[in-house]
Amino acid sequence: MSDFILFDPLFRQPFVIGLLLSIALSLLGAYLRMREEWLAAMGLSHMAAAGGVAALPLGIPALAGALLAAALAAIAKGLLPKASNSHYGLMLLLGWAGAMILAANTHQGEVVGEALLRGQLYFTSTPHLIGSLALVAVLLFALSWLSPRLLAERFFPDHFSANRIPAWPHRLLFGALVVVAAVLGTLAMGAMSAFAMFFVPAWVAFVLVRGWRWALALTVALGVGCYLLAFVLSMLLDQPFGPTLTLCLAALALLRLFAHRAARVAGAPGE
Amino acid sequence: MSADTATTALLAVKEVVAGYAGPVVGPVSFDVYPGEVLGLRGPNGCGKSTLLKAITGEAKRFAGKIVRCNGLTVTHHQQRPELPPELPLLGRELLRVMGADRGDAPGIIKPLLYRPINRMSGGQFQLLEAWACLGGDAELVLLDEPTNNLDGEAIEALAHILRTARPPRAVLLVSHERAFLEENCTRIVEIGRPGEGQGS
Repeated sequence: MSDFILFDPLFRQPFVIGLLLSIALSLLGAYLRMREEWLAAMGLSHMAAAGGVAALPLGIPALAGALLAAALAAIAKGLLPKASNSHYGLMLLLGWAGAMILAANTHQGEVVGEALLRGQLYFTSTPHLIGSLALVAVLLFALSWLSPRLLAERFFPDHFSANRIPAWPHRLLFGALVVVAAVLGTLAMGAMSAFAMFFVPAWVAFVLVRGWRWALALTVALGVGCYLLAFVLSMLLDQPFGPTLTLCLAALALLRLFAHRAARVAGAPGE
Repeated sequence: MSADTATTALLAVKEVVAGYAGPVVGPVSFDVYPGEVLGLRGPNGCGKSTLLKAITGEAKRFAGKIVRCNGLTVTHHQQRPELPPELPLLGRELLRVMGADRGDAPGIIKPLLYRPINRMSGGQFQLLEAWACLGGDAELVLLDEPTNNLDGEAIEALAHILRTARPPRAVLLVSHERAFLEENCTRIVEIGRPGEGQGS
């Protein structure tokens, strides 16, 4: 019976959407961790959830409301002289509180709010698929241009101003990709699961490999692997997908123990 | 400054007063010419690092002018670069970011090329970042206290790199180590405390 549900054509589109999002979110999570902005994903996910709930009384689609709220939060962050995880933490608190209060005070808001915080992968539709495909396509296409700029800015913060090279194009593109990923991830997986997909694979992969390319490859492999496992487990055990995915990702943290053991043997740092 | 030298200077700093919320350093004037290693010397807190940041546009210029030759390329090795604790970037990948991975790295850098930066000591990372600036194509390299965290062997290696710098590149070097400046700079400019201006 479970096998039948797993291969039901009804679940093919949600499966592909989740697969695409697990690639995009984990890959972007690696760059957020490199920039020490990993809490941005959590803040933006919750702002997206608040926007999705607020969209109901305004009569606009949840996707548009979520995108608008996350974009406004990202613009506000961009206006700060130096945004830090503390600002993203505040964004998270505002998003969570806003989503909860709006949900409690709007018609059907509680149901939608619950869905956004827990995720609704099985109810995703063609717009989600198109958005996820576009996100992955733009990300992979732009990565060879974007990656060296993000790395240069991380290690040599005034490289762009020193050479009179505008930094806004790569900052804008990266910010837009993170916002779209956070919104689509929140709508499909739920705010907490989306954050876990941004946060955990890179956190684990970075201590397991040597080299940036391998770190990116392992980050995506861990993200996709956890997604596949969670999709199957939630079907077979009849459990909600979002929390199952979050648990699978959290269990990945055990792999960090191998890295700490290897580091002790190697005598790092400085070797 | 004659009209002739004005056209050949990579960078001309003219009566510059710079800082953040308020002025920290200046007025200061000097020119940087191709091929030279110009040292900036002064007491702690006199604003030497702020001056470098004014050149890169990170600090605010309250007065004076900074004139750059057309298309000048600049790299800036900042004081006490932060070593990211869990970033598995290899040494050569960091060099590639700055276009300094051309296979002519000095002997002391080569062991670091295939080591992740999260397995480097603070001194090794500092030296690698300095080479990322010096080994690339930038015409003007700003080095801010590059000897911090370095042991004697690494300081000697850095000095050798500076002495064999490829013209027409110029280096603007800030250091509190008088001996290092005097041994490796072709010219030294004294920076006074705020309001004191500069010595010769």
